[in-house]
Amino acid sequence: MSDKLLEIQNLKQYFPVKTGTFSKGYVQAVDDVSFFINRGETLGLVGESGCGKTTTGRTILRLYEPTDGKIIYDGVDVTHVDFKPYRRKMQIVFQDPYASLDARMTVGDIVGEAIDIHNLASSKAERKEKILALLNRVGLNSEHANRYPHEFSGGQRQRIGIARALAVNPEFIVCDEPISALDVSIQAQVINMFEDLQQELGLTYLFIAHDLAVVKHISNRIGVMYLGKLVELTDSKTLYSNPLHPYTKSLLSAIPVPDPKSSREKQRIVLEGDIPSPLHPPTGCRFRTRCPYAVPECAEAVPEMKEYEPGHFAACHRIQEI
Amino acid sequence: MMKQEHLLDINDLKVSFFTPAGEVKAVNGVTYTMDYGEVLGIVGESGSGKSVSAYTLTGLVDRPGRIVGGSVNFNGHQIEKLPEKEFRKIRGKEVSLIFQDPMTSLNPVFTIGNQLEEMLRLHTSKNRAQRRQRAIELLNLVGVNEPEKRLKQYPHEFSGGMRQRVMIAMALACEPKLLIADEPTTALDVTIQAQIMELMVDLKKKIGMSVMLITHDLGVVSDVCDRIAVMYAGKIVEIGTTDEIFYEPKHCYTNGLLRSIPKINETTHERLIPIEGTPVDLLNPPAGCPFAPRCESCMKICLRQMPEFIQHSETHKSACWLNQKALLEKQEGANGDE
Repeated sequence: MSDKLLEIQNLKQYFPVKTGTFSKGYVQAVDDVSFFINRGETLGLVGESGCGKTTTGRTILRLYEPTDGKIIYDGVDVTHVDFKPYRRKMQIVFQDPYASLDARMTVGDIVGEAIDIHNLASSKAERKEKILALLNRVGLNSEHANRYPHEFSGGQRQRIGIARALAVNPEFIVCDEPISALDVSIQAQVINMFEDLQQELGLTYLFIAHDLAVVKHISNRIGVMYLGKLVELTDSKTLYSNPLHPYTKSLLSAIPVPDPKSSREKQRIVLEGDIPSPLHPPTGCRFRTRCPYAVPECAEAVPEMKEYEPGHFAACHRIQEI
Repeated sequence: MMKQEHLLDINDLKVSFFTPAGEVKAVNGVTYTMDYGEVLGIVGESGSGKSVSAYTLTGLVDRPGRIVGGSVNFNGHQIEKLPEKEFRKIRGKEVSLIFQDPMTSLNPVFTIGNQLEEMLRLHTSKNRAQRRQRAIELLNLVGVNEPEKRLKQYPHEFSGGMRQRVMIAMALACEPKLLIADEPTTALDVTIQAQIMELMVDLKKKIGMSVMLITHDLGVVSDVCDRIAVMYAGKIVEIGTTDEIFYEPKHCYTNGLLRSIPKINETTHERLIPIEGTPVDLLNPPAGCPFAPRCESCMKICLRQMPEFIQHSETHKSACWLNQKALLEKQEGANGDE
């Protein structure tokens, strides 16, 4: 059963920047991105820094007003409506657990703030009970409620961030690089917690990260972004076993695998050059400046997302040939 | 001077930071050697002392930090006794350092050329024209296009990957014996990371230097290292060749670390096995094995006493009571047979 919880259509997010004294340009952070997420599913979004994956996540939550395109949540177009009711359903966990918690609030108040805003507790006792239940759910003790964020380690802070997101009983959570600031030995704890919470509460995730191994582990489907465009979208196993887009291929081959034997055998496609500026993205296919298969045609037309196998989309002119 | 067998010989090194809250034993009895032309990976989480142990080699441990014990012999120098003035002669010339963050480790108000040539001015007798020539050579070597033009540019005109290349060029300017790379690719994107790692391996072959690669990324070390040392809470818990560490890990921490990372090539969804608990508080380290409080096969003795190293092969040793126990049982078994 496919039951779309969230769908975005042709989403665009341009940020105006000053390029000179009188001239103005636009950073095309997200350009014409469309995908949907089924209820109870995890969609992973990967890409390098500056590819627009975080902006996509934030725009979905209307933390930025979208320049163009539609955000459809549970069948309702929420692109321009009053968003407050939807904040109860859609939440976010941020990347940096050091910067995303107010240092002057106790953990109890950080978690309780959303409960207050949405009037979810009828009495003080109920509010406290709710906060303690949330802290327990993410593996913290009730005594932690009276402490301040600086008293916690990175992994514990991220748990607080998750408890805060869960406070309003959301259906959908954007996880924006939630583990990249954590130590290796702690990452697995947090990943497992995300999986447990999803099972228990039936959550739907948009999981944004640059670590492909982590994204592949947690996601049902994965979208690969490059310079504001979605270049490939498929289920996580297929993406690894049969990547179609040349960028996905090079990304997969660039990942160092913690397995000395296989990395000795692996033929690596090392991409030349750097990511172009999103202020002046290349014409046509945005990847063509670094693509080993680029032909003159790639500079002319923007490749469309096409379905090559059922559920496997990619945007490249030359997929049939390479 | 006697011919050295090893390029680097660290023996029971102890470095502490004396903070208002007490003594932090950042490096607590570390012993290892490095040979000429070898790539050694040092793996550990933040606070495990991996960077501090390497900074000692360049005299960069500053107050409130101090070497409190042990000896470091590098290329004929007794590092732990060296005054700052002597350090300046070998730093950059015999041992150089690449830092994690290429954005902040270059000086924004000087051109790249100026910063590159400074190294040569300090350590060689080259004249101005020769220095410029060498700077151009170096940028060519690390794959920066149009070096003549690039030398006149400032760091902000370079991308992250390009800045890291410049850092490498600077580090290599005097053809050091040892290059210490402290998380050289952590701040970079995966595709750029692949470029930089490839470059380092290439240069290592060309110049024949030794490389110490400090990182938390097990993938990166498996790609390029000959040997790996795993550090936890200021101690080396296991050291061996790359294959030994990855395929026959003997210490519970190494094992746990390897099990806890998701594998990109897994075909079925397996739940990750995390290492429970949080990293140790170095102000109050436990009496026994530092990993014992988080170890799933922790025994009583682990909490009381630090285990000795056991040699598993010529190159492979680990410090874990489980291995001691296994060894004892084996010996008893052998005795019982007689």
